[in-house]
Amino acid sequence: MPAALDAVAALKGRWAGVTERASLDHPAVNVPASDLLGVLAALRDEHGYDLLADVTGVDWTPGPRPRFTVVYHLFSTTSHDYVRVAADCADDASPEMPTATGLWRGADWHEREVFDMFGIRFPGHPDLRRILMWDEYPHFPLRKDFPLAGIETALPDAQVVAETKTGAIAAPMMGGPFVAREGGINMSDAEPRAKDESWSERRPKPDA
Amino acid sequence: MVTSNTELAYNSKIEGEVIVSRADAVINWIRSNSMWPMPMGLACCAIELMAAGASRFDIARFGAEVMRFSPKQADVMIVAGTVTYKMSSAVRRIYDQMADPKWVIAMGACASTGGMYRSYAVLQGVDRILPVDVYVSGCPPRPEALLDALIKLQDKVKREPSASKLLSA
Repeated sequence: MPAALDAVAALKGRWAGVTERASLDHPAVNVPASDLLGVLAALRDEHGYDLLADVTGVDWTPGPRPRFTVVYHLFSTTSHDYVRVAADCADDASPEMPTATGLWRGADWHEREVFDMFGIRFPGHPDLRRILMWDEYPHFPLRKDFPLAGIETALPDAQVVAETKTGAIAAPMMGGPFVAREGGINMSDAEPRAKDESWSERRPKPDA
Repeated sequence: MVTSNTELAYNSKIEGEVIVSRADAVINWIRSNSMWPMPMGLACCAIELMAAGASRFDIARFGAEVMRFSPKQADVMIVAGTVTYKMSSAVRRIYDQMADPKWVIAMGACASTGGMYRSYAVLQGVDRILPVDVYVSGCPPRPEALLDALIKLQDKVKREPSASKLLSA
């Protein structure tokens, strides 16, 4: 992918903070948050990466600091290749990243999703609300300190809660999650029916 | 209709113009043979629900072909698919807007128990917010399974003490 490699070389020459990022597929760069919008604009206007394909986040817990990284995937509709741009959030407690909605209107919902799942704020975003979970939801589900099963939470509609007396519960895992790891469990041994099914969310597990 | 035999079921010359029955039998006969579904299609089960409504499986054979997208005109809510917590309030509100008598079919693993979604975002069974009459297993269930559920629901309706319920209401 010569076009992308040219672009990466040009970015490194222009911004001292831009470094190459280890990548198994597409060329990738690490960018300081302060240079992010300039780098994205240069990739779009000078190198033809005109499509913002994806914005997502990474929570590195328990790994290195800083804790949160925002990752952008740009696609070129002329040379048909991708380049990846990653920027660390300086503050672990209230992570922030400048918004790319000024460059691509389509960044709007991507950034709302990153905010919803990771709690990373995008100052300057026109409408930073949750997009998948309901507005009052208090947690950020893709953070590493959030359990897979979820946390008990009230549902958004007070009338429905009063009527049904139910809320969002921690989902019963019943010995799961049943994921295959390299050199790990045998999936046929790990099926739910191979596990102890004497307990569920309605009949709690005996203490013994 | 021109036919030589008009006495197959009922001979009005002998039995007169009066039919004797029980109020329960008449009410339940009317209710069970014309159940208008509220298609609560939330995921892939809705595709099988559509197949059940199309010509090969033809839910019209059981009098339930009139899918009503207004809850006010529906009798049975078919919850077909994954109910997320965010959607659950809407499902309950639509159920509340259905006029009595009303029934619920939980179609498929997700609607019945949360299915494979043991997750922070998915309601673990629609029976947490609605009174479910019939559960259908499968992921997704075949249209025949849904038809079987409908027949089971009709049997259930036919056993209800509808007349005494109406009088006591």
